[in-house]
Amino acid sequence: MEDLVSINNLNIEARTRAGTLKVVNDLSFTIKKSETLCVVGESGCGKSVTALSLMSLLPEGILKVSSGDILFDNTNLAQLSEAELEGIRGNEISMIFQEPMTSLNPLFTVGEQVSEVIRRHKNLNKEKAWASTVDLLDAVKIPNPDKRAFDYPFQLSGGQRQRVMIAIALACQPKILIADEPTTALDVTIQAEILALINMLKQETGTAVMFITHDMAVVAQMADRVVVMHPGKKVEEGTVHEIFNNPQHEYTKSLLAAVPKLGEMASKKYPEPMRLVGEKETKALKPIVGTNEPLLQVNNLVTRYPVKGGVLRRTVARVHAVEDVSFTIMKGKTLSLVGESGCGKSTVGRSLIRLVEPTSGDVNLDGQNILSLTPKDMREARSNIQMVFQDPFSSLNPQRPLFDQVAEPLRNYGTVKREVLQEKIGDLFDRVKLPRSFMQRYPHQLSGGQRQRIAIARALALNPKLIIADEAVSALDVSVQAQVLNLMMELQVDLGLSFLFISHDMAVVERVSHDVGVMYLGRLVEIGPRQAIFRNPQHPYTQDLLKAVPIADPDKRKSERDLNFKPLPSPIHDLTHDPAPSEYKEVAKDHYVLTTDCGY
Amino acid sequence: MLQNEEIEEPAIKPVKEIFQTFFKSYSAVTGLIILIGIAVMGFIGPLFYPTDPFDMVWMPFSPPGADGFLLGTDYLGRDILSQIINGARVSIAIGFSAALVSCFIGVGIGSFAGFYGGWVEEILMRITEFFQVLPTLLFAMVIVALFGSSVLSITLAIGAVSWASVARITRSEFLRIKELDFVLASRSSGSNNMALIFRVILPNAAAPIIVQSALLVGAAITFEAGLAFLGLSDPNVISWGQVIGSNRVYILDATYTVTFPGIAIFITVLAISLVGDGLNDALNPKLRSR
Repeated sequence: MEDLVSINNLNIEARTRAGTLKVVNDLSFTIKKSETLCVVGESGCGKSVTALSLMSLLPEGILKVSSGDILFDNTNLAQLSEAELEGIRGNEISMIFQEPMTSLNPLFTVGEQVSEVIRRHKNLNKEKAWASTVDLLDAVKIPNPDKRAFDYPFQLSGGQRQRVMIAIALACQPKILIADEPTTALDVTIQAEILALINMLKQETGTAVMFITHDMAVVAQMADRVVVMHPGKKVEEGTVHEIFNNPQHEYTKSLLAAVPKLGEMASKKYPEPMRLVGEKETKALKPIVGTNEPLLQVNNLVTRYPVKGGVLRRTVARVHAVEDVSFTIMKGKTLSLVGESGCGKSTVGRSLIRLVEPTSGDVNLDGQNILSLTPKDMREARSNIQMVFQDPFSSLNPQRPLFDQVAEPLRNYGTVKREVLQEKIGDLFDRVKLPRSFMQRYPHQLSGGQRQRIAIARALALNPKLIIADEAVSALDVSVQAQVLNLMMELQVDLGLSFLFISHDMAVVERVSHDVGVMYLGRLVEIGPRQAIFRNPQHPYTQDLLKAVPIADPDKRKSERDLNFKPLPSPIHDLTHDPAPSEYKEVAKDHYVLTTDCGY
Repeated sequence: MLQNEEIEEPAIKPVKEIFQTFFKSYSAVTGLIILIGIAVMGFIGPLFYPTDPFDMVWMPFSPPGADGFLLGTDYLGRDILSQIINGARVSIAIGFSAALVSCFIGVGIGSFAGFYGGWVEEILMRITEFFQVLPTLLFAMVIVALFGSSVLSITLAIGAVSWASVARITRSEFLRIKELDFVLASRSSGSNNMALIFRVILPNAAAPIIVQSALLVGAAITFEAGLAFLGLSDPNVISWGQVIGSNRVYILDATYTVTFPGIAIFITVLAISLVGDGLNDALNPKLRSR
């Protein structure tokens, strides 16, 4: 087939204070008409920069194409004037971005934003442009498009906004659509729908797609061909089957080894660490057995946030973030809570250590009722439960050296004498496998994975019994994510820790947990041993959620017919709303399914 | 590639980086040099130019350059150059200490309002708004008139009327930072509220507060000049505002008697805002990489 885009020996340089830095190094690849090319690599590998250079949108004065050329439809983009480029951008090449929350203009209705593109490139009058706008919104499956066109971006959900972005991108039937991590910020169910939508539109219109992602599972879902990039260079290129079934380059192999694949733990009763490329083959991967002694018992936990309004700032409604949730965590075991954003899983974690005050319920840690403690006793009890947060870039104080940050809990509780503090912190650095020379550094000198290790070291400082990991690996690159997961599992074995693992990533959850709870709209809809939940899901929501997860195997693609999600109902209710208690049926040993209504 | 890279990199303190950025900016360094020069002039200058600014040393209204007086003499025959040299001390001292006073009040009120929220915030912010809408010069005049015009009462009066902006900035920074995960992390590792406010959040909120306080120094110097112009200055010490105030009647006959102290105020305030701009660029991480 004919080449639509061909990139030849492209070099891109970045000008920094330290001098020029090669961001893209001698990169060549082609995109054929109506194929999907996935460019995959970890953050900072130059994949987004390549896409921007294809749009001739590199930020001036910071990034510059130093040599090589980009041919689009046999025209050299570097020789075109700015006016000619404007005719191509959005018309023949269009792009969708990662963050649907910020890529639409909040001051115009979505209809205006779609029709603006049509009118600029197609010289249609207002009425005709509006008619094709409505058709487009219909094509991207926005319900009631003639009414929703008058909505402002804030009135739409994240998934719908990304659909509008796709409508804008496809408004002029471009020859190529560049999608830069379009589903990374979305929930797995919405991701599945958007991926299916892009696939469907590609088949209908014959547009070529350049799909940029870090997620191998998404690559397996989307790609015809794959380009693997590693710091600025192309390390491997091939069809999706070649890449997944017979990877050649070491980096591709390690990338694939680091991705947890849904289903690969199905035959194992206990979680075990991942085998990473480059580790000794003889290293035994021991299953993590744990104990059957309960550590934390949560009964009928309810957390509601007040919604204030009116002149007197009175409570006018309540957000029912957590509704009647009960579970038990055993010593040395991991319970995972999964669900979409807004389902209340993070609020459960924060309620347990009373960072938010629960409305009612019982939290029992090793015989101590946490919710009835005075603030002073609560402070003591917190040393038994520590937290690791999602974003390693905001969870460390930028103004203090790492030594002080890890030592902070020890100093707060005064448990360790000044003389042995240095040694104790050194041990913690060894534990999380960071060199002791890092102690006097500041967070901005560390990579994301290193920061997350510091966060774990800080959580370990007080010898807690339970660690709440709130999306602790979601912000990390896959290879780093695998290392951090392995570290957490090692610590679990060595120290007998229990984890409450909060995550939206089903594959990661399958890898680390003994037990799994699925949450929807504040309720636990299903809870049980990991194998039971993944092999034999009983609640319709769990079944749909598992269907939506992309699998890192190109032979297991999903089509849009498999998917059917309802938008999440609002958890805000007026003050008189008194929801019914949750009732469960035990379908197998320890496997409970919600029988009452949860809104799904 | 899956191993930890162990590059031996020295620890880069954020503070050091800020200094480096600051000293790269020509305008900020120029401002700082002028400011240091003026301070040196005020504190050491009298040793080299020992003429007493209150002494009637020559004929009144001797024009600049004539009779050996570089900047001339005022309506009582006092040496204006000596008045400017000695006035620098008082003007700068009042400027900095008044800014310090408003910084203390503003940071205290703003941080508690931002951290605790709820009714604490409501009450503290209503008080702040009260001070914000008050005609500041009038209020300062009332304080000075009540407590007498001494350097101390003037400093406190200026500090007491100009802290509202610092309080608002501190509060908004606290509202932003207290939601960040590292504050939650610090709380879950057992920090109490005072530690959270002063050891965790305040250092991270410092950048805009420092910039605002630097600009307040300039504002306080002009404020002092305004009070002195209206006759509310300490009669025992000389300040630039006082020189302008006492000569204002002769502005048409002997322009230079008010022009030179005016230029001195202008240069000082300009230098301070250059330094403030430089601080803003150095402390703002988004601008820092440019």
